[in-house]
Formats: sequence, structure tokens, C-alpha cells
Amino acid sequence: MRIAYYPGCTLKTNAKNFEDSAIASAKELGIEMVEPDRWNCCGTVHALVKDDVMHHLAPVRNLIRVEELKEADKVDSKQVVTLCAMCYNTLKRSNQTFNEDADKKQKIHDVMYKEDIKYSGNVEVLHYLEVLREIGWDKVKEAVKKPLDGLKIAPYYGCLLLRPRGIGIDNADNPTIIEDLIEALGGEVVDFAYKQKCCGAYHTVHMKEAVADLSHNVLKYAQDAGADLLITACPLCEYNLGPRQTQIKKQYPIFDSIPVVYFTQLMALAFGLNDGATAFEANKPDPTPLLTERGLME
Amino acid sequence: MSSFGSNLVLRMNPADKVFKDRVNELSGENVDLCFQCGGCSSGCPMTQDMDYLPSKIIRMAQIGLEEALESRTIWTCSTCFNCEVRCPRGIDVTAVMEALRQMVLRKKHNEVSLDDLSAEELRELPQIAIVSNQRKLTA
Repeated sequence: MRIAYYPGCTLKTNAKNFEDSAIASAKELGIEMVEPDRWNCCGTVHALVKDDVMHHLAPVRNLIRVEELKEADKVDSKQVVTLCAMCYNTLKRSNQTFNEDADKKQKIHDVMYKEDIKYSGNVEVLHYLEVLREIGWDKVKEAVKKPLDGLKIAPYYGCLLLRPRGIGIDNADNPTIIEDLIEALGGEVVDFAYKQKCCGAYHTVHMKEAVADLSHNVLKYAQDAGADLLITACPLCEYNLGPRQTQIKKQYPIFDSIPVVYFTQLMALAFGLNDGATAFEANKPDPTPLLTERGLME
Repeated sequence: MSSFGSNLVLRMNPADKVFKDRVNELSGENVDLCFQCGGCSSGCPMTQDMDYLPSKIIRMAQIGLEEALESRTIWTCSTCFNCEVRCPRGIDVTAVMEALRQMVLRKKHNEVSLDDLSAEELRELPQIAIVSNQRKLTA
């Protein structure tokens, strides 16, 4: 299956380990992720005020790139898969606004008259986890060569994979999609109360103390529930829960660090892929001592 | 207008009504639907850094109190949409917060300046953090 893939800014820099592990793990499942030749910012955050048309342009322009891929027969469907939870949310919401608001749709067309394709509204925005659910957890299980036996994994959803209503990939209060993946990979699910609580998001730029408070709550609840590590699907959550542990340590001296990795990295590990695919070297704190101790890495 | 208790009826000053209508127009919500259950406030992860609880901001919007624009709360909201999924009246409280922020930002206000960050911080922060921060909190 060839599917269009929208990376987004951070997947090419801080979250390169997310992209590398996702593309490699998808390949094992027979999915080829095809990146458009050019793309732009997803818009980062959805424009919540109703008179805003301008901020829908960037996301819709990316959806035009997907239609172009389909027209050129480089992908099999008018679907686009995202990895970053914020890209997923922003593209999906703008797509919805485009289809539901005739006035905005016309204005968007008017502004983008130079595009070769007039956007149809028919692109389906998916998160990689939804693609996995679609192809089936049994198929994921079949690709596992090294089950994550005994590894206690806390699924961290954060906000934008689940909210708002009608946009999320799973039930906002009782999501199970990451749990299903953990089980397919042979790991042990550690459920905890803060799995869909906010990590503090973009306040990390100017309110790092407040973000450290929130992220500490998430990590502490996961630790108290017995987790060895957390998995996430958002580069901003990863930053706030991972590298921000240095700040958490300053505010909570008795806090013990805990690794945070992308769900795709554990897929690559369980699929028996090489170091280039698991790409753990970019994670802070370093998850490799834990994984080596559990016999999951050499 | 709703009445509370035996015979308290709020009569709005026309100027306050203009403010309330603008909040509704920008957010696409109807703040009058709120019956002050406080569900948004109980689920909000940021309340410890707020001056008014989210439910109180909604109440301020209902009665047209423009002081809502001067609160810390609207800048502390991290748009996590927890309130949006919790509200039993279907109000997108997150959108109301955004409408209030926009009313201030559109007067060329910048809540955050990247000049306040060190070169080291700017190098370390992922783009996603900086871009989303600036999108939400600057004009």
C-alpha cells in the first residue's frame, strides 16, 4: 500500500527519530509512506475563532499536495497519514472547516487560484495509529520478531490525538488504541490517570516551570502505576516529558528520571529492526540502559 | 435573561451586551448555555496558574464583563480541549478563551517575546513549540 505522508517541521529535526522509526516500521507492514515533493507548515494550531480564513490556507495547501500525488499515481488513495499529533489535528480540522463552511471554502479557493488543482475536500486525514488499527493488530503482531516481554509501558495520548469531540482518533475518555498496539507488540500496558492530561504544550517556551509541574504529574502517575517508560505520538509532548526532565529535577529533587519514546520506536524494536530505525540515540533520557537490561537490546 | 433565586433578574447594560455578542460571534459559541457546573474548571490542568477559573471567565462573558480581557486565565489556557469534551452543555470553552485572546491580540498585543529567551533556549526548543507558542500568543 502506498499512502501519502505529511511530515511537518519537527519530524525533520528534533523528532527525526519519530520519522525514521515510523517509515521503517511501516515498511515491515507493507506500507510505503510517500512524502510530497514540497509541503509547508501544517498551520501548527487550529484557528479557533470563526472569522479566521487565513490560517486555513496552509493546511488546505498541504491537502492539495496530497491530491497531486494521487493524480500522479504515486499513491493508492486520497488519504494522508501524519505522525505528529498537532499536524494531524490541524490538517483534519481545517479539512472539516473547508467541507462544512461554504463561505470559507469559496474564500480559500479565491486566494489559491494559482494552484493547479482546485481542492476537492476529499482527502482523508489519518494518524499513523489509525492506519495500524485499520490494517489490524493481528497483522502488527505477525511482524513482531522480538516481543517486548515484561516491558511495562504507559501510553501517553496527550490532547490532540483525542480532542476535540469528533476529531480525535479514539474515545476521548477511555481510549484504547495505543494499549492495543502495546499488546500487539508483546508489551505490558500500564494504565494511569494522567494519560490524556495536557503536558503544558507550547507554554514550554515562556512558562517552563508550569510545564514542568504538569509534565511531572504525568510522569509521576505513570511511575507510581509501575511503568518502565512512556510512549507518545507528539513531538511537543516528547519534549516536555523527555528533555524537560532536567527542569522537573530542579523543581522536584526526588524525581527519578524515566524514559519517554515514540510508539514507532518500540515498533521498530519489536520488529527486530536495526539501530538506524529505532534511533534511540536522540532520546533524553536515554532509554537504552533500560532496554539493554531487559534483554531487548544488545 | 435567566433569573437566579427568587427574584434576581440581571438587566444588561447595552455596552456589556456588545462585548458578550462579540465573544459569541468570534468563538461561534453561546455562552448563555452555561449553567455554571464548574466541570471545565475541575478538569482544567492549568488552574494553578490562573487568576479566574475557566467557568468564572464564562460567567464574566455572560454578564458582559470586559475585565475578562485583563485576566491571566486567557493566556494560561493551553488549548488542551479538556473543557470542550467535559462541558455538559456542549460549549467549546477553549474557543471562548481563544476569542478573548484574539480580542486583545488584534490590538497588536504580544504576550510573549522571543527576545526574552537565551540563545541556548532557542537552539534547544523544537520548532513545534516556538511556532505554536507564537501563533497562539502574539499578534
